[in-house]
Amino acid sequence: MSQQHARASRGIELRGVEKRYAGRHVLGPIDLAIERGGVTALIGANGAGKSTMLTIIGRLLDADSGRVEVGGLDVRVAKPKELAKVVSILRQENHFMARLTVEQLVTFGRFPHSAGRLSSADRRAIHAAIAFLDLSGFEDRFIDELSGGQRQRAFVAMVLAQDTDYVLLDEPLTGLDMRHAVGMMGQVRAAADALGKTIVLVIHDVNFAAAYADRIVALADGRVIASGTPEEIITPEVLERVFKTPVEVLEHAGKRVAVYYRP
Amino acid sequence: MHGDEKFHHPKGRGRTGAFWIIMQTRLVSLVTILLVAVAQSVATVLFHTVTANRILTPSILGFDALYVLSQTALVFVFGVSSTGLEGIPKIVAQSVLMVGFATLLYGWLFSGRRANLHLMLLVGVVLGIAFQSIASFLQRMLTPSEFDVLSARLFGSISKADPAYLPIAGAIVLGILIYVWSRRRSYDVLALGRDVSVGLGLKYRREVVVNLVLVAVLVSISATMVGPMTFYGFLVATLAYQFAPGDRHAEVLPLAIGIGLVTLLAATFVLRHLFSAAGLVTVIIEFVGGALFLIVLLRKGLR
Repeated sequence: MSQQHARASRGIELRGVEKRYAGRHVLGPIDLAIERGGVTALIGANGAGKSTMLTIIGRLLDADSGRVEVGGLDVRVAKPKELAKVVSILRQENHFMARLTVEQLVTFGRFPHSAGRLSSADRRAIHAAIAFLDLSGFEDRFIDELSGGQRQRAFVAMVLAQDTDYVLLDEPLTGLDMRHAVGMMGQVRAAADALGKTIVLVIHDVNFAAAYADRIVALADGRVIASGTPEEIITPEVLERVFKTPVEVLEHAGKRVAVYYRP
Repeated sequence: MHGDEKFHHPKGRGRTGAFWIIMQTRLVSLVTILLVAVAQSVATVLFHTVTANRILTPSILGFDALYVLSQTALVFVFGVSSTGLEGIPKIVAQSVLMVGFATLLYGWLFSGRRANLHLMLLVGVVLGIAFQSIASFLQRMLTPSEFDVLSARLFGSISKADPAYLPIAGAIVLGILIYVWSRRRSYDVLALGRDVSVGLGLKYRREVVVNLVLVAVLVSISATMVGPMTFYGFLVATLAYQFAPGDRHAEVLPLAIGIGLVTLLAATFVLRHLFSAAGLVTVIIEFVGGALFLIVLLRKGLR
């Protein structure tokens, strides 16, 4: 329990993390600590290194140097099995050769716990995740028959079924319309609040970050140039440095809104 | 048509009248068919799983070409009378060569940080072409009689299998089968690709290398027994995916083995007993498999 607590307090830590392609820095060096709990949004221009950083944290990509710890585990050396119970990651594009139903997909999320043999606790977790993302009644539908919003929710349900303290989502709003994007962010928020997860996500639309995130990390040219609360980050000065385009910031219902459509 | 059967049974079929001799040859054929069916179908399904791609065949890794090259090299170096190397030692040497090649290739390509499955497949294709070219270069320098012997060896045939090899092959195939079956649930995850596998806690690199070496072992066992077959495994696996109730390996693997067995048995029975053309079994199966491959390729391409 005390060990659990020590791990719990650690959050996500990056120290001197670098990634180069053909000698060119695409990321880093990055030193960053993301505390435990809540929703953290990574924002930045295209090619700023948001997804690269997220996939390095989620150990899908090896950094060239530096150290990444998630919940006290070094992602480079920790046992893959143990890591899979601490951190889960959902990438932007998921194409499978197998044809899976929603329930089969979500069931895979339990693999680190069940090794494929489902206990009744596993089944409860699967159905809880499906219900949490409003997919009850869709269990037997094939994921390639779902709408974009439903499919995205099914993948998030799979990641939630994995029941890790840390959940990484790479642009979960891609391809979602207004209604579904709002629904998705509501569910992400609820997962952090009701289930106590630490959620880190890459977001393209800064206004979603402003409206839902507890912390925002802004990247530009592979470096973290600012991190803090939405109030600290969603300002014309910071956003213009991040996106290199004129931005006006308004206040609406207590949240910041960036307006940048016409310079 | 009966050329290679006569080679094995100098007295000719039906003339000895000795029941047990016939039974023995039939039994050898049956066990050969069983082993080839298991080896090819498991190898292909595993290969599809590891590469997360269902329109590949293990021969893309250049094993068939390596088999052809090693056979050609044997005839080239030792001549027709050859042999100095026959029976078990030859088969063991053959298998060690192919598995050693696989382990080196995968181990080397997949150990670095640049580990990349597609790069590895590409290297396999290029090496396959290289082996093929070297083999045909050597073949050009053979005498006609040597070339004739080589052609007979390279021509896949059920009745060509060496009975002495069956116990070894059987033990290896059974061992691999037990291992594969015990890991069938992990294969379901592996089939979802690298990112999901890593995310769900599989040791991805290790899985890829181990399973590709297993594929190499199975393919080389099958090739050593009946010669190279490119599309038979593909035919069997594709039918299994089509008819299995789900995509889980617990469902696909037994079905693939079953379909492989039935296909090979039926083809052998029909061709041997109705058309007296036992030597054509693998040719016909390869033809059907190749046709199916084209159909699947065109359909997927059009979508």
